[in-house]
Formats: sequence, structure tokens, C-alpha cells
Amino acid sequence: MARIVSLTLTFVVLMFSLASGKEPINLGALLPMTGSVAAFGQMGWDGFQTARKIQPEALGRPVELKLSDTKSDKVDSANAVSRLIEKEKVVAILGEMISGDTIAAGDYAERAKIPMISPTATNPIVTQGKKYIFRVCFIDPEQGRVGAKLALENLKAKTAAIIYDISQDYCVGLKTFFQREFTQSGGKIVSETMFKTGDRDFTPQLSRIKSMNPEVIYAPIYYTECALIAKQAREMGLNVPILAGDGVQAPEFIQLGGKDVEGVYFTTHFHEDMVDNPLAKKYLELFKKDTGKELDAFAAQAGDAYFILIDAINRAGSTDPEKIRNAIVETKDFNGVTGKITMKPDGNAIKAMVVSKVKDGKFAYVTTIMP
Amino acid sequence: MDLSFATQQVIYGLTLGCLYGLLAIGYTMVYGVLRLINFAHGDLLMVSAYVAFFGIIIFSLPWPVAFLGAAIFTAVIGILIDRGAYKPIRKSPRISALITAIGVSFLLENLALVLIGGRPKSFPIPTLFNGSLSIGELKVPVLSLWILSLTLVLLVIVIGIVHKTRIGMAMRALSRDIETVSLMGIDENRVISFTFALGSILAAFGGVMWCMRYPAVEPFMGVIPGLKAFVAAVLGGIGNVTGAAIGGLILGLAEVLIVAIQPDWSGYRDAIAFCIMIVILLTRPRGIMGENLPD
Repeated sequence: MARIVSLTLTFVVLMFSLASGKEPINLGALLPMTGSVAAFGQMGWDGFQTARKIQPEALGRPVELKLSDTKSDKVDSANAVSRLIEKEKVVAILGEMISGDTIAAGDYAERAKIPMISPTATNPIVTQGKKYIFRVCFIDPEQGRVGAKLALENLKAKTAAIIYDISQDYCVGLKTFFQREFTQSGGKIVSETMFKTGDRDFTPQLSRIKSMNPEVIYAPIYYTECALIAKQAREMGLNVPILAGDGVQAPEFIQLGGKDVEGVYFTTHFHEDMVDNPLAKKYLELFKKDTGKELDAFAAQAGDAYFILIDAINRAGSTDPEKIRNAIVETKDFNGVTGKITMKPDGNAIKAMVVSKVKDGKFAYVTTIMP
Repeated sequence: MDLSFATQQVIYGLTLGCLYGLLAIGYTMVYGVLRLINFAHGDLLMVSAYVAFFGIIIFSLPWPVAFLGAAIFTAVIGILIDRGAYKPIRKSPRISALITAIGVSFLLENLALVLIGGRPKSFPIPTLFNGSLSIGELKVPVLSLWILSLTLVLLVIVIGIVHKTRIGMAMRALSRDIETVSLMGIDENRVISFTFALGSILAAFGGVMWCMRYPAVEPFMGVIPGLKAFVAAVLGGIGNVTGAAIGGLILGLAEVLIVAIQPDWSGYRDAIAFCIMIVILLTRPRGIMGENLPD
């Protein structure tokens, strides 16, 4: 019921800066703090706050982050972004974390001409035809390509089964790109089944997959469903490797999946072992100290979205949204937490891709691929 | 599709169906007595899941104690919901009670959200319920056997209570005419509380079984099962306990078999389940077991 009629639960966090009585710069943090991908929102919030501690000011004015919860829901995302723009009067927005919500919110930001930077929305549509929407991550055609390559070359699979969430733009997109790449490179998709966010029983889909004997299961989905799928698959004796996208990299994936998600491969944005510049080192250290957690891809990406925005505001020399937008586009070779970031005019970033794997209850680094 | 594949699907379908059935019985009992669709019922599944979860993880209770504690706690919550939210508006139009029920549902979900947070938690599964038996090609999860037998036992107990005890007789009488029954010297509020408690206990057992089968405990976990159980209750003939169980089984089997037989339709899983409900209600407006009595 809660999704049908929405309720408004919005946190406004006012962090007081010591920097005198100067008027603060208001930035919006549009995050899924609750709902099906709450883990991403909370990781993103941790990331923004750590980043803000490192760079609390822009143009000599304190930066304030206004948090607005999207509840992992497209309708609520549109509401949340309008609240940030109309009520909080933010000059730029950081977020959302997942593609579907970012697309929904992006329309509003685009019309209001407020620049928005998503840390991790990977679906191509997010920035397509948009002048004010950016991201600091790779896009799904690349992720699908790397996934297919991983399946064919590293896992030596000739046949694959796909299971995905039809209610998420991210999942549908990534599935399509994987499928295209995998079949073009000589692989065969033997089964394609779907479900929707919130489903908990996947036994019929998995039985079907089992009866087709694929060599790998590609699951471009989010962590909760993927963990349950791994559990139910292993329980029915379906033991082929599972390959996923960046949507599974939340601690919940391992907590929920336990030993059943051991050996799951996935393509993602970042792994701690990649940290190589002073800003990244400082960020990693502070993040660990503040949260007591490992630095995951979503928090790292969130940090980069923040740093790039602050960098753009400083270069723009103004808090005018139009000028900030123009400065974001000109970002070149920015040394961020996740490595060098260059923004393309289409709003997408040029980024390396990481392959990780669940090993001994942890996300282990496998390799980095430059697309 | 060969026989073992089909049998396997039937096992999965029955397991899911029983979980829907356990919830549906609670819906149907409350409806039978009060003519109220208690939309908060699905959320009791979430309440019991969290109580059991905290019992085991935080207080390190042995699982039988935690499960029993979850059942008792949920029953108390069920009674409190009735006393706090429904009793004051017992005499108001039915639509007020319905809206209140939706409100209570939101309250429970968001209370859990604020108190516990939105990130899903893994449910610790006792070894007794873990693993699966292999019979030839078939894989029967041990938990499925537990769920099936628990549902059967609880169903028999509920039917026994409704048809063989004095309080059951009072419940049946209340479902006909509350005013007349209270004139006969029966404390209607006591009977209604009992109905809520019984329904909540079933939801609690359903909740614990649900999160052992699908171990992700989160504030909104009860929404979808609650909706499905409501469909099951309507399907079976709302007000009828056996009907609710049968409705649950039909729904569970239909959902699983449709996806297994026709994977292309797996995205329409819920749509098809609801279509079945529409078809059955068109042919039998009072549901499968509903009595054909004029109002």
C-alpha cells in the first residue's frame, strides 16, 4: 500500500559550518534512503558526508546538503526532486543512485535547468538528450560488453541464461546490452526469464533455467533479489556460476546470500585496491574512520560526484546553475576517488571498469578493464 | 515438460500457496466477524519477522522461544490494533474502518522504517529447517515440508476452534448479527479480540516461515504477501476459513506453474494471478467456498 499512496519523510540535515556567517550554498542530495535499494542511498549519503568533510566550502562559502528521500520509487523521485528545487532552492543536485529513479527525477531537473550529477545511474537513457544531467560512472552498453566478455573468456561459457527485473530500467537495459554482445560473440542465450522488484519467490524461473542447462546465469539486478536468487538456485542444485552487474555491490548482498553468493562475479565501478591519488587516500581513510565500514563502489562514486560538483562550482566562480552546468562539462582528467574522470559533452564520464568477485564473504578485486 | 519437473513445480507452488493461505485465514476471520478488510494484516507478517529476528540475533534466544515470542507479540499487536484503531469507530460507516485499516498499515510499515531502518536483514535459519531432501530428480526443501504440515495443523486447529468451541460459536454468531449477540449477554469485544489474536498468530507463523523461505527482513516485506493473501481470501470466499486456505493454494500454484510452463509470461505473474481472481469471481461472485446467501 505504501507505494500506492506516498508518504513524505524527508530529512533535512543542516550541518553548521564554522565559516563565519556567510550565506551557504545549498546542494540537493537525492537518495533512495528507504525502499528496495535503501542500501545504495545510505552508502551514497555516507559518501557525500565524508566528501563534505574534506571539502566543506566552495567559493569561500559553506556547502549545505539537503537530503531528500526517493524511497527507491520513480514517482517519489519526481516528488523529491521538485521539493529540492522548489522548496530548498538548491543550485545543483547530487543523485540519484539507480537508473529508473534518476530518469524520473532527471526530467524535472532538466526542465528547471538545475544541474544534476548521478554517482551510479548507468542506463544510457539517464543522460540522453539532456543538457543538465550528468553522471560520474560508466554506462551499461560498456558494462554489458565487459560482462559478456567475462562470461565467454573467463568463465568459458558458451550458453547463458538471463534473469532480470522488468520493472527496473537498469536491469532491462543491461540485459539487452549483455544479450547483444554475448550472441554477437558466438554465445547463445538459452533462457530469458523475468520478475519484478519485490518478488521473493524465484523457484519457477530458476527451475526453468535449470532445465535448460546453461553454463552461466547472467543476473543484471539489484542485491536483495540477486541474493535470494542465488540462495534458491543453490538449494535446487543449480550450481552454475552467476554473473551480475554493479547493482549487487552492497554489504546486504553478502549478508542475505551468505555462502550461496560465494563466487558471484560482477562488473563494478571501484574497489579499494584501486586507490592511487592523495584525494582518494584521504577519502578512504576518513570514510573508514567515520563509518567503520569498507569503502564500497557506491560511496566512492558518491564522493566523486560531490568533488566534481564542488570543483565545477569553484571553476564557475558562481552559484548560477547555468554556469555550474558549463563548468561540469569542462571537467577533464579530474583525479577522483575512483580514478581519473573526464566528462564528455553528452553528460557521461569516461571511466575504467572493475571486475570483482565474492570471496570468503568479501568483495574481492579481480581486474580493471579500460573500455 | 516431464513429470518430475511438474511435480517439482507443484511442491514450490504448494509451499508458496500455504504461506498465502496462512495469511488469508486471518483476513477472512476478521472479515467474517466485523465485515472489515484489515489491510494491516499483511504487516503483521513483518512484525513477527522482526520480533523473531531480534529474538534470535540480539537476545540470542533459542529459535522455538523466539518464534513463540513472535507469535505472542504479534497477537498482542493484533489485539491492540483492534482496540486502538477499530473499536472506537465500530459504529461508523464501513468505509471509515477501511481507511483506518490502510492508515494502520502505513503506521506499522513506517514505524518499522524509522525504528529499524530500510535496509533488508538476513534471517537466521535454524538447521532443523535448512537443506533439502533428494527423491530421485526431485528436490524437496525441508522447509516446504514444515510449511505444508504447519499450515495443515493450524488450519485444523482453527476450524476446530470455530466449529467446536463456545468461543467459536460466538464468533460464528457475531458474523451474523453483532447487536443481537451482544443482547444475549456475550461480550462481543472479547470475542473480537480473540479473533484478532488468532488471526495474528497465524500471520506470525506465516511471517516466520516466510522469512525462512525468503530470508530478507524489511519494513515493506508484508505488503505484497498481504495483497496476495487478500486475493486468496476473496478467491476462496471471504469469511470462510477453508476457502481462504484453498484460495491461497490456488494462487500459489497458479503463480508458480504459469511461470514454469510459460517463462515468457513471467513478467505478468501477478497480472495472471489477479486475472484468475477476476474469472473466478465472475463465475462465482462469493468465491469458491462462499455461501450463496442473500445479505
